[in-house]
Amino acid sequence: MRHQIFSWATPRNAVFIAAILLGLPLCAQPPGSAPPPVAKAAAPIDLTGYWVSIVTEDWRYRMVMPAGGDYQGVPMTAAALKVAREWAPGKDADACKAYGAPALLRVPERLHITWQDDQTLRMDTDAGKQTRIFHFGDWKAPAGPHTLQGDSTAQWEFHRPPGPSIPRNGSLKVSTANLKAGYLRKNGVPYSENATLTEYFDLVKEASGSMLLVATVVVTDPIYLREPFIVSSHFRKQTSNAGWNPAECSANW
Amino acid sequence: MTRLGFFTMLVCAALPALAEIDLSGSWTSKNHEDAMERGAGPNPDDWAGLPFNASGRAKALSFSQSTISMPERICWFQTQWHIAAGPFSLKIWSQADPVTGKVLAWVVGGWETRAPMTIWMDGRPHPSKNAPHDQTGFTTGAWNGDELVATTTHIKSGYIRRNGAASSDQATITTHFLRHGDLMTLALEMDDPVYLTEPYILTRSYMLTAIPVDSAGPPCITGDEGVESGTVPHYLPGKNPFIDEMTKIYNIPREAAMGGAETMYPEFRDKIKEKFTPPAPCKRNCGAPPVGQN
Repeated sequence: MRHQIFSWATPRNAVFIAAILLGLPLCAQPPGSAPPPVAKAAAPIDLTGYWVSIVTEDWRYRMVMPAGGDYQGVPMTAAALKVAREWAPGKDADACKAYGAPALLRVPERLHITWQDDQTLRMDTDAGKQTRIFHFGDWKAPAGPHTLQGDSTAQWEFHRPPGPSIPRNGSLKVSTANLKAGYLRKNGVPYSENATLTEYFDLVKEASGSMLLVATVVVTDPIYLREPFIVSSHFRKQTSNAGWNPAECSANW
Repeated sequence: MTRLGFFTMLVCAALPALAEIDLSGSWTSKNHEDAMERGAGPNPDDWAGLPFNASGRAKALSFSQSTISMPERICWFQTQWHIAAGPFSLKIWSQADPVTGKVLAWVVGGWETRAPMTIWMDGRPHPSKNAPHDQTGFTTGAWNGDELVATTTHIKSGYIRRNGAASSDQATITTHFLRHGDLMTLALEMDDPVYLTEPYILTRSYMLTAIPVDSAGPPCITGDEGVESGTVPHYLPGKNPFIDEMTKIYNIPREAAMGGAETMYPEFRDKIKEKFTPPAPCKRNCGAPPVGQN
Protein backbone atom coordinates (compact mmCIF):
# COMPACT_ATOMS: atom_id res chain seq x y z
CA MET A 1 0.00 0.00 0.00
CA ARG A 2 1.37 3.41 -0.94
CA HIS A 3 1.34 6.09 1.74
CA GLN A 4 1.73 9.65 0.54
CA ILE A 5 1.23 12.31 3.17
CA PHE A 6 2.08 15.29 1.02
CA SER A 7 3.31 15.81 -2.50
CA TRP A 8 5.65 18.80 -3.00
CA ALA A 9 5.53 18.61 -6.74
CA THR A 10 2.06 19.83 -7.57
CA PRO A 11 1.69 23.42 -8.80
CA ARG A 12 -0.80 24.13 -6.07
CA ASN A 13 1.58 23.15 -3.30
CA ALA A 14 4.51 24.96 -4.91
CA VAL A 15 2.52 28.19 -4.81
CA PHE A 16 1.47 27.41 -1.28
CA ILE A 17 5.05 26.91 -0.05
CA ALA A 18 6.31 29.97 -1.90
CA ALA A 19 3.62 32.01 -0.21
CA ILE A 20 4.72 30.80 3.21
CA LEU A 21 8.39 31.56 2.53
CA LEU A 22 7.61 35.03 1.25
CA GLY A 23 5.59 35.59 4.34
CA LEU A 24 8.40 34.75 6.78
CA PRO A 25 8.65 38.25 8.20
CA LEU A 26 5.09 37.88 9.36
CA CYS A 27 6.02 35.04 11.66
CA ALA A 28 6.34 37.27 14.69
CA GLN A 29 3.01 38.94 14.20
CA PRO A 30 -0.26 37.48 15.28
CA PRO A 31 -2.74 36.95 12.45
CA GLY A 32 -4.62 40.09 11.57
CA SER A 33 -2.29 42.29 13.59
CA ALA A 34 -2.58 46.04 13.33
CA PRO A 35 -0.15 48.37 11.50
CA PRO A 36 3.38 48.58 12.94
CA PRO A 37 3.34 50.07 16.43
CA VAL A 38 5.00 53.35 17.21
CA ALA A 39 8.73 53.33 17.85
CA LYS A 40 8.48 53.21 21.62
CA ALA A 41 6.19 50.20 21.62
CA ALA A 42 8.22 48.48 18.89
CA ALA A 43 11.57 48.95 20.65
CA PRO A 44 13.43 45.63 20.60
CA ILE A 45 15.91 46.90 23.18
CA ASP A 46 15.56 49.27 26.09
CA LEU A 47 18.09 52.07 25.77
CA THR A 48 16.53 54.27 28.39
CA GLY A 49 18.24 55.10 31.64
CA TYR A 50 21.59 56.39 32.79
CA TRP A 51 24.82 55.15 31.21
CA VAL A 52 28.44 55.89 32.08
CA SER A 53 31.40 55.98 29.69
CA ILE A 54 34.03 53.31 30.19
CA VAL A 55 37.17 54.88 28.79
CA THR A 56 39.54 52.08 27.88
CA GLU A 57 40.34 53.29 24.36
CA ASP A 58 42.02 56.45 23.05
CA TRP A 59 42.55 57.38 26.68
CA ARG A 60 45.00 60.21 26.12
CA TYR A 61 42.74 61.80 23.50
CA ARG A 62 39.65 61.63 25.67
CA MET A 63 40.50 61.85 29.37
CA VAL A 64 43.07 64.62 29.11
CA MET A 65 43.80 67.36 26.62
CA PRO A 66 45.73 65.82 23.72
CA ALA A 67 48.86 67.44 22.36
CA GLY A 68 48.53 69.74 19.40
CA GLY A 69 49.48 67.91 16.23
CA ASP A 70 48.72 64.44 17.63
CA TYR A 71 46.30 62.96 15.10
CA GLN A 72 46.93 59.23 15.46
CA GLY A 73 44.29 57.12 13.76
CA VAL A 74 42.25 59.81 12.02
CA PRO A 75 42.24 59.51 8.20
CA MET A 76 42.63 63.24 7.63
CA THR A 77 42.86 64.88 4.24
CA ALA A 78 45.48 67.51 3.48
CA ALA A 79 42.79 70.14 3.93
CA ALA A 80 42.05 68.78 7.39
CA LEU A 81 45.71 68.88 8.35
CA LYS A 82 45.92 72.48 7.30
CA VAL A 83 42.92 73.43 9.42
CA ALA A 84 44.07 71.35 12.38
CA ARG A 85 47.44 73.05 12.42
CA GLU A 86 45.81 76.42 12.83
CA TRP A 87 44.31 75.22 16.10
CA ALA A 88 45.84 76.47 19.31
CA PRO A 89 44.76 76.07 22.94
CA GLY A 90 42.36 78.81 23.93
CA LYS A 91 41.90 80.07 20.38
CA ASP A 92 38.31 78.88 19.93
CA ALA A 93 35.51 81.16 21.00
CA ASP A 94 33.10 78.21 20.90
CA ALA A 95 34.05 75.78 23.66
CA CYS A 96 31.56 73.19 22.39
CA LYS A 97 33.22 72.39 19.07
CA ALA A 98 34.33 68.97 20.32
CA TYR A 99 30.86 68.17 21.67
CA GLY A 100 29.06 67.87 18.32
CA ALA A 101 27.32 64.63 17.39
CA PRO A 102 30.34 63.08 15.60
CA ALA A 103 32.48 63.38 18.75
CA LEU A 104 29.96 63.53 21.58
CA LEU A 105 30.06 59.86 22.52
CA ARG A 106 33.87 59.99 22.86
CA VAL A 107 33.59 62.53 25.65
CA PRO A 108 33.94 60.94 29.12
CA GLU A 109 30.42 61.42 30.41
CA ARG A 110 27.13 60.06 31.52
CA LEU A 111 24.19 59.67 29.18
CA HIS A 112 20.55 59.94 30.10
CA ILE A 113 18.28 58.40 27.48
CA THR A 114 14.52 58.87 27.63
CA TRP A 115 11.48 58.72 25.37
CA GLN A 116 10.42 62.28 24.64
CA ASP A 117 7.28 60.92 23.03
CA ASP A 118 6.23 57.72 21.29
CA GLN A 119 8.28 58.49 18.18
CA THR A 120 11.21 60.45 19.64
CA LEU A 121 14.15 59.22 21.67
CA ARG A 122 16.19 61.81 23.56
CA MET A 123 19.79 61.57 24.71
CA ASP A 124 21.20 64.06 27.21
CA THR A 125 24.81 64.24 28.32
CA ASP A 126 26.15 65.67 31.52
CA ALA A 127 29.46 66.66 29.94
CA GLY A 128 28.80 69.72 27.83
CA LYS A 129 25.05 69.60 28.64
CA GLN A 130 24.21 68.45 25.14
CA THR A 131 20.93 67.00 23.86
CA ARG A 132 20.44 64.76 20.87
CA ILE A 133 17.01 63.97 19.48
CA PHE A 134 16.39 60.79 17.47
CA HIS A 135 13.25 60.98 15.33
CA PHE A 136 11.53 57.78 14.22
CA GLY A 137 8.93 57.44 11.50
CA ASP A 138 8.64 59.74 8.54
CA TRP A 139 9.98 62.81 10.32
CA LYS A 140 11.55 65.39 8.02
CA ALA A 141 14.20 67.85 9.14
CA PRO A 142 12.98 71.43 9.06
CA ALA A 143 14.88 73.95 7.01
CA GLY A 144 17.26 76.00 9.08
CA PRO A 145 20.86 76.52 10.06
CA HIS A 146 23.13 73.60 10.77
CA THR A 147 23.50 72.76 14.43
CA LEU A 148 26.01 71.10 16.73
CA GLN A 149 23.90 67.96 17.06
CA GLY A 150 22.37 68.09 13.56
CA ASP A 151 19.13 66.42 12.57
CA SER A 152 18.81 62.72 13.33
CA THR A 153 16.43 60.11 12.03
CA ALA A 154 16.22 56.73 13.70
CA GLN A 155 15.03 53.25 12.97
CA TRP A 156 15.10 49.90 14.66
CA GLU A 157 17.24 47.45 12.77
CA PHE A 158 16.63 43.70 12.57
CA HIS A 159 18.54 41.17 10.52
CA ARG A 160 15.73 38.70 10.89
CA PRO A 161 12.26 38.90 12.26
CA PRO A 162 11.76 37.99 15.89
CA GLY A 163 10.28 34.56 16.19
CA PRO A 164 9.18 32.01 18.73
CA SER A 165 12.76 31.08 19.63
CA ILE A 166 14.58 34.22 18.55
CA PRO A 167 15.15 36.86 21.21
CA ARG A 168 13.79 40.25 20.30
CA ASN A 169 17.06 42.16 20.30
CA GLY A 170 17.69 44.35 17.29
CA SER A 171 19.69 47.56 17.20
CA LEU A 172 19.08 51.25 16.85
CA LYS A 173 20.37 52.88 13.68
CA VAL A 174 20.64 56.67 13.65
CA SER A 175 21.46 58.85 10.65
CA THR A 176 22.48 62.46 11.22
CA ALA A 177 23.03 65.38 8.85
CA ASN A 178 22.87 69.19 8.89
CA LEU A 179 25.79 69.37 11.27
CA LYS A 180 27.62 72.52 12.18
CA ALA A 181 31.38 72.10 11.67
CA GLY A 182 33.31 70.98 14.73
CA TYR A 183 36.13 68.85 16.06
CA LEU A 184 36.52 65.09 16.22
CA ARG A 185 39.11 65.61 18.93
CA LYS A 186 39.73 68.55 21.22
CA ASN A 187 43.06 69.32 19.59
CA GLY A 188 41.40 70.67 16.48
CA VAL A 189 40.90 67.62 14.23
CA PRO A 190 38.08 69.03 12.11
CA TYR A 191 34.91 67.80 10.53
CA SER A 192 33.02 70.02 8.13
CA GLU A 193 29.37 70.96 7.88
CA ASN A 194 29.18 68.44 5.03
CA ALA A 195 29.88 65.61 7.43
CA THR A 196 27.22 62.98 7.99
CA LEU A 197 26.94 60.40 10.68
CA THR A 198 25.64 56.86 10.87
CA GLU A 199 25.45 55.23 14.28
CA TYR A 200 24.50 51.80 15.54
CA PHE A 201 23.52 51.28 19.15
CA ASP A 202 23.67 47.73 20.49
CA LEU A 203 23.13 46.28 23.93
CA VAL A 204 25.31 43.43 25.13
CA LYS A 205 25.27 41.67 28.44
CA GLU A 206 28.48 41.46 30.46
CA ALA A 207 29.41 38.23 32.18
CA SER A 208 28.32 39.86 35.44
CA GLY A 209 24.87 40.52 33.99
CA SER A 210 25.40 44.28 33.66
CA MET A 211 24.32 45.82 30.39
CA LEU A 212 26.67 47.60 28.04
CA LEU A 213 25.63 50.06 25.40
CA VAL A 214 27.95 49.79 22.41
CA ALA A 215 27.80 52.75 20.06
CA THR A 216 29.52 52.35 16.71
CA VAL A 217 29.92 55.71 15.02
CA VAL A 218 30.74 56.18 11.33
CA VAL A 219 31.63 59.74 10.32
CA THR A 220 31.77 60.53 6.62
CA ASP A 221 33.17 63.87 5.47
CA PRO A 222 34.07 64.55 1.83
CA ILE A 223 36.22 67.52 2.82
CA TYR A 224 38.22 66.47 5.83
CA LEU A 225 38.25 62.65 5.84
CA ARG A 226 39.89 60.33 3.31
CA GLU A 227 37.60 57.50 4.34
CA PRO A 228 34.83 57.07 6.91
CA PHE A 229 36.15 57.52 10.44
CA ILE A 230 34.87 54.63 12.54
CA VAL A 231 35.10 54.36 16.30
CA SER A 232 33.04 52.49 18.85
CA SER A 233 32.41 53.59 22.41
CA HIS A 234 30.91 51.69 25.30
CA PHE A 235 28.83 52.66 28.31
CA ARG A 236 27.66 50.69 31.33
CA LYS A 237 24.05 50.89 32.55
CA GLN A 238 23.61 52.69 35.86
CA THR A 239 20.92 51.92 38.37
CA SER A 240 20.44 55.58 39.26
CA ASN A 241 21.54 59.09 38.36
CA ALA A 242 24.44 58.90 40.81
CA GLY A 243 27.44 60.65 39.31
CA TRP A 244 25.35 62.74 36.95
CA ASN A 245 27.33 65.94 36.93
CA PRO A 246 26.24 68.51 34.34
CA ALA A 247 29.17 70.64 33.24
CA GLU A 248 29.72 73.27 30.60
CA CYS A 249 31.70 72.52 27.48
CA SER A 250 35.43 72.95 27.83
CA ALA A 251 37.85 73.64 25.02
CA ASN A 252 40.96 73.08 27.09
CA TRP A 253 40.06 70.21 29.43
CA MET B 1 -5.37 22.95 12.32
CA THR B 2 -5.51 24.00 8.70
CA ARG B 3 -2.75 23.05 6.31
CA LEU B 4 -1.70 26.73 6.14
CA GLY B 5 -1.50 27.01 9.90
CA PHE B 6 0.50 23.81 10.17
CA PHE B 7 3.10 24.89 7.62
CA THR B 8 3.37 28.42 8.99
CA MET B 9 4.11 27.00 12.42
CA LEU B 10 6.64 24.58 10.92
CA VAL B 11 8.51 27.24 8.97
CA CYS B 12 8.54 29.74 11.80
CA ALA B 13 9.88 27.16 14.22
CA ALA B 14 12.71 26.40 11.81
CA LEU B 15 13.78 30.04 11.42
CA PRO B 16 16.75 30.03 13.77
CA ALA B 17 18.40 27.27 11.80
CA LEU B 18 17.62 28.94 8.48
CA ALA B 19 18.59 32.44 9.33
CA GLU B 20 21.60 32.78 11.61
CA ILE B 21 23.60 35.86 10.77
CA ASP B 22 26.35 35.10 8.28
CA LEU B 23 29.67 36.35 9.61
CA SER B 24 31.82 34.78 6.93
CA GLY B 25 34.17 36.82 4.80
CA SER B 26 37.22 39.04 4.98
CA TRP B 27 36.88 41.92 7.42
CA THR B 28 39.36 44.76 7.33
CA SER B 29 40.23 46.25 10.68
CA LYS B 30 39.55 49.97 11.12
CA ASN B 31 42.32 51.05 13.44
CA HIS B 32 41.02 54.54 13.99
CA GLU B 33 41.02 54.14 17.75
CA ASP B 34 44.06 53.07 19.75
CA ALA B 35 45.94 53.36 16.46
CA MET B 36 49.42 53.48 17.93
CA GLU B 37 48.67 50.96 20.66
CA ARG B 38 47.45 48.43 18.11
CA GLY B 39 50.00 49.26 15.43
CA ALA B 40 53.52 50.15 16.50
CA GLY B 41 52.61 49.33 20.09
CA PRO B 42 51.76 51.25 23.25
CA ASN B 43 54.16 53.43 25.15
CA PRO B 44 56.02 51.62 27.94
CA ASP B 45 54.18 51.73 31.25
CA ASP B 46 50.98 53.19 29.78
CA TRP B 47 48.25 51.38 31.62
CA ALA B 48 45.71 54.19 31.85
CA GLY B 49 42.18 52.88 31.53
CA LEU B 50 43.15 49.35 32.54
CA PRO B 51 41.38 47.93 35.61
CA PHE B 52 44.46 46.45 37.22
CA ASN B 53 44.72 45.21 40.76
CA ALA B 54 48.00 45.50 42.66
CA SER B 55 49.21 42.13 41.38
CA GLY B 56 48.49 43.07 37.79
CA ARG B 57 50.36 46.33 38.17
CA ALA B 58 53.33 44.68 39.87
CA LYS B 59 53.58 42.06 37.16
CA ALA B 60 53.41 44.69 34.43
CA LEU B 61 56.10 46.77 36.11
CA SER B 62 58.41 43.75 36.12
CA PHE B 63 58.04 43.32 32.36
CA SER B 64 60.90 44.12 30.03
CA GLN B 65 60.21 44.28 26.31
CA SER B 66 63.32 42.13 25.88
CA THR B 67 61.34 39.26 27.38
CA ILE B 68 59.97 38.49 23.94
CA SER B 69 63.50 38.33 22.55
CA MET B 70 64.14 35.18 24.56
CA PRO B 71 64.25 32.21 22.19
CA GLU B 72 61.58 30.59 24.33
CA ARG B 73 59.34 33.64 23.94
CA ILE B 74 59.91 34.80 20.36
CA CYS B 75 57.07 32.66 19.10
CA TRP B 76 55.08 33.09 22.23
CA PHE B 77 51.63 32.86 20.80
CA GLN B 78 49.28 35.49 22.03
CA THR B 79 45.87 34.67 23.38
CA GLN B 80 42.61 35.42 21.60
CA TRP B 81 42.71 38.83 23.28
CA HIS B 82 45.16 39.82 20.55
CA ILE B 83 42.12 40.32 18.32
CA ALA B 84 41.54 43.46 20.38
CA ALA B 85 45.13 44.38 21.22
CA GLY B 86 46.52 43.93 17.73
CA PRO B 87 45.83 45.70 14.44
CA PHE B 88 44.92 42.78 12.26
CA SER B 89 42.00 42.18 9.95
CA LEU B 90 39.89 39.08 10.32
CA LYS B 91 38.93 36.22 8.08
CA ILE B 92 35.88 34.35 9.30
CA TRP B 93 34.31 31.20 7.98
CA SER B 94 31.96 28.51 9.15
CA GLN B 95 32.48 24.79 9.42
CA ALA B 96 29.39 22.85 8.49
CA ASP B 97 28.38 19.36 9.47
CA PRO B 98 28.83 17.36 6.23
CA VAL B 99 25.59 15.49 6.77
CA THR B 100 23.16 18.02 8.20
CA GLY B 101 24.73 21.20 6.87
CA LYS B 102 24.31 22.85 10.23
CA VAL B 103 27.08 25.14 11.42
CA LEU B 104 29.31 23.23 13.80
CA ALA B 105 31.71 26.08 14.37
CA TRP B 106 32.67 29.57 13.33
CA VAL B 107 36.38 30.09 12.81
CA VAL B 108 38.20 33.39 13.13
CA GLY B 109 41.41 32.78 11.24
CA GLY B 110 44.71 33.17 13.04
CA TRP B 111 47.94 34.80 12.03
CA GLU B 112 51.60 34.59 12.89
CA THR B 113 51.24 35.08 16.61
CA ARG B 114 47.63 34.14 17.27
CA ALA B 115 46.09 30.76 16.69
CA PRO B 116 42.68 30.51 15.02
CA MET B 117 39.67 30.94 17.26
CA THR B 118 37.31 28.04 16.69
CA ILE B 119 33.92 28.87 18.15
CA TRP B 120 32.06 25.62 18.70
CA MET B 121 28.34 26.00 18.09
CA ASP B 122 27.25 22.42 18.61
CA GLY B 123 26.60 22.64 22.31
CA ARG B 124 29.71 20.82 23.46
CA PRO B 125 30.81 21.70 26.99
CA HIS B 126 34.05 23.40 27.93
CA PRO B 127 36.76 21.00 29.13
CA SER B 128 37.31 20.18 32.77
CA LYS B 129 38.92 22.94 34.80
CA ASN B 130 41.88 20.61 35.13
CA ALA B 131 42.37 20.27 31.39
CA PRO B 132 45.54 21.77 29.89
CA HIS B 133 45.54 25.42 28.90
CA ASP B 134 47.16 26.85 25.80
CA GLN B 135 47.28 30.19 24.00
CA THR B 136 44.32 29.21 21.83
CA GLY B 137 41.97 28.37 24.64
CA PHE B 138 38.62 26.72 24.14
CA THR B 139 35.70 28.68 22.76
CA THR B 140 32.00 28.00 22.51
CA GLY B 141 29.36 30.24 21.02
CA ALA B 142 25.66 30.89 21.10
CA TRP B 143 23.37 33.23 19.25
CA ASN B 144 21.54 35.86 21.22
CA GLY B 145 19.22 37.08 18.51
CA ASP B 146 21.45 38.72 15.92
CA GLU B 147 24.50 38.70 18.18
CA LEU B 148 27.01 35.87 18.38
CA VAL B 149 28.44 35.54 21.87
CA ALA B 150 31.67 33.55 22.12
CA THR B 151 33.18 32.47 25.43
CA THR B 152 36.85 31.52 25.64
CA THR B 153 38.39 29.69 28.59
CA HIS B 154 41.48 27.54 29.13
CA ILE B 155 43.94 30.12 27.91
CA LYS B 156 47.49 30.44 29.17
CA SER B 157 48.74 33.63 30.66
CA GLY B 158 49.25 36.24 27.98
CA TYR B 159 49.29 39.97 27.74
CA ILE B 160 46.33 42.24 27.33
CA ARG B 161 48.24 45.36 26.43
CA ARG B 162 51.43 44.94 24.50
CA ASN B 163 53.58 46.55 27.15
CA GLY B 164 53.45 43.86 29.77
CA ALA B 165 49.93 44.12 31.18
CA ALA B 166 49.06 40.48 31.67
CA SER B 167 46.10 38.17 31.88
CA SER B 168 46.27 34.99 33.93
CA ASP B 169 45.36 31.44 33.02
CA GLN B 170 42.14 31.94 34.99
CA ALA B 171 40.90 34.61 32.59
CA THR B 172 37.77 34.34 30.47
CA ILE B 173 37.26 36.25 27.25
CA THR B 174 33.75 37.00 26.02
CA THR B 175 33.51 38.22 22.43
CA HIS B 176 30.29 39.74 21.08
CA PHE B 177 30.01 39.83 17.28
CA LEU B 178 27.66 42.62 16.18
CA ARG B 179 27.07 42.83 12.44
CA HIS B 180 25.44 45.77 10.69
CA GLY B 181 25.58 45.08 6.97
CA ASP B 182 29.17 45.59 5.83
CA LEU B 183 30.18 46.88 9.24
CA MET B 184 30.94 44.64 12.19
CA THR B 185 31.82 45.63 15.73
CA LEU B 186 33.37 43.25 18.21
CA ALA B 187 32.91 43.95 21.89
CA LEU B 188 35.51 41.99 23.86
CA GLU B 189 35.39 41.50 27.60
CA MET B 190 38.29 40.16 29.64
CA ASP B 191 37.43 38.89 33.10
CA ASP B 192 40.41 37.89 35.19
CA PRO B 193 40.12 37.24 38.92
CA VAL B 194 43.90 37.25 39.30
CA TYR B 195 44.97 40.56 37.75
CA LEU B 196 41.82 42.65 37.23
CA THR B 197 39.29 44.16 39.60
CA GLU B 198 36.67 44.78 36.89
CA PRO B 199 36.07 43.54 33.36
CA TYR B 200 38.40 45.07 30.78
CA ILE B 201 36.31 45.91 27.72
CA LEU B 202 37.43 46.96 24.26
CA THR B 203 35.32 47.43 21.14
CA ARG B 204 36.74 47.14 17.63
CA SER B 205 35.22 47.75 14.20
CA TYR B 206 35.71 46.05 10.85
CA MET B 207 34.46 46.54 7.30
CA LEU B 208 33.66 43.70 4.93
CA THR B 209 36.10 43.68 2.04
CA ALA B 210 36.37 41.83 -1.25
CA ILE B 211 40.16 41.76 -0.85
CA PRO B 212 40.99 38.46 0.81
CA VAL B 213 42.46 38.67 4.28
CA ASP B 214 45.14 36.07 4.96
CA SER B 215 44.07 33.71 7.67
CA ALA B 216 47.65 33.22 8.84
CA GLY B 217 50.83 35.20 8.55
CA PRO B 218 54.31 33.90 7.79
CA PRO B 219 55.46 31.26 10.25
CA CYS B 220 57.13 32.51 13.37
CA ILE B 221 60.78 31.43 13.41
CA THR B 222 62.80 31.23 16.58
CA GLY B 223 66.10 33.07 16.37
CA ASP B 224 68.86 34.55 18.47
CA GLU B 225 68.06 38.12 19.34
CA GLY B 226 70.93 38.50 21.75
CA VAL B 227 69.40 37.44 25.04
CA GLU B 228 71.96 35.41 26.91
CA SER B 229 70.94 31.84 27.57
CA GLY B 230 69.64 31.30 31.07
CA THR B 231 68.58 34.89 31.66
CA VAL B 232 65.08 36.28 31.86
CA PRO B 233 64.87 40.01 31.11
CA HIS B 234 62.87 41.79 33.80
CA TYR B 235 62.80 44.75 36.18
CA LEU B 236 62.93 44.30 39.92
CA PRO B 237 60.42 46.20 42.03
CA GLY B 238 61.15 49.92 41.99
CA LYS B 239 63.61 49.59 39.11
CA ASN B 240 61.38 50.01 36.06
CA PRO B 241 62.99 52.91 34.15
CA PHE B 242 59.85 53.79 32.22
CA ILE B 243 57.52 54.44 35.11
CA ASP B 244 57.27 58.15 34.27
CA GLU B 245 57.31 57.77 30.49
CA MET B 246 53.70 59.00 30.08
CA THR B 247 54.43 62.01 32.26
CA LYS B 248 57.50 62.90 30.22
CA ILE B 249 55.75 62.59 26.85
CA TYR B 250 52.17 63.65 27.56
CA ASN B 251 52.19 65.25 31.03
CA ILE B 252 49.88 62.44 32.15
CA PRO B 253 50.26 61.99 35.92
CA ARG B 254 51.83 58.75 37.07
CA GLU B 255 48.72 57.75 38.99
CA ALA B 256 46.80 57.73 35.70
CA ALA B 257 49.44 55.86 33.76
CA MET B 258 49.58 53.18 36.45
CA GLY B 259 45.98 52.23 35.70
CA GLY B 260 43.34 50.86 37.99
CA ALA B 261 39.59 50.72 37.54
CA GLU B 262 39.03 54.32 38.58
CA THR B 263 41.02 55.52 35.56
CA MET B 264 38.25 54.20 33.29
CA TYR B 265 35.53 56.52 34.56
CA PRO B 266 34.76 60.18 33.85
CA GLU B 267 35.12 61.32 37.46
CA PHE B 268 38.79 60.34 37.44
CA ARG B 269 39.38 63.47 35.39
CA ASP B 270 38.51 65.57 38.41
CA LYS B 271 41.25 63.84 40.37
CA ILE B 272 44.02 64.70 37.93
CA LYS B 273 42.76 68.00 36.56
CA GLU B 274 44.97 70.17 38.74
CA LYS B 275 48.01 68.00 38.11
CA PHE B 276 47.77 68.09 34.33
CA THR B 277 49.09 70.70 31.96
CA PRO B 278 48.65 70.40 28.18
CA PRO B 279 51.66 68.77 26.59
CA ALA B 280 53.97 70.41 24.08
CA PRO B 281 53.05 69.93 20.41
CA CYS B 282 53.52 66.41 19.15
CA LYS B 283 56.97 65.65 17.72
CA ARG B 284 56.85 61.92 17.14
CA ASN B 285 54.21 59.25 16.65
CA CYS B 286 51.77 61.97 15.67
CA GLY B 287 49.83 60.21 12.94
CA ALA B 288 50.87 62.94 10.53
CA PRO B 289 54.14 64.66 9.77
CA PRO B 290 55.10 67.07 12.56
CA VAL B 291 54.53 70.72 11.82
CA GLY B 292 57.11 72.04 9.40
CA GLN B 293 58.10 68.62 8.09
CA ASN B 294 55.74 68.31 5.14
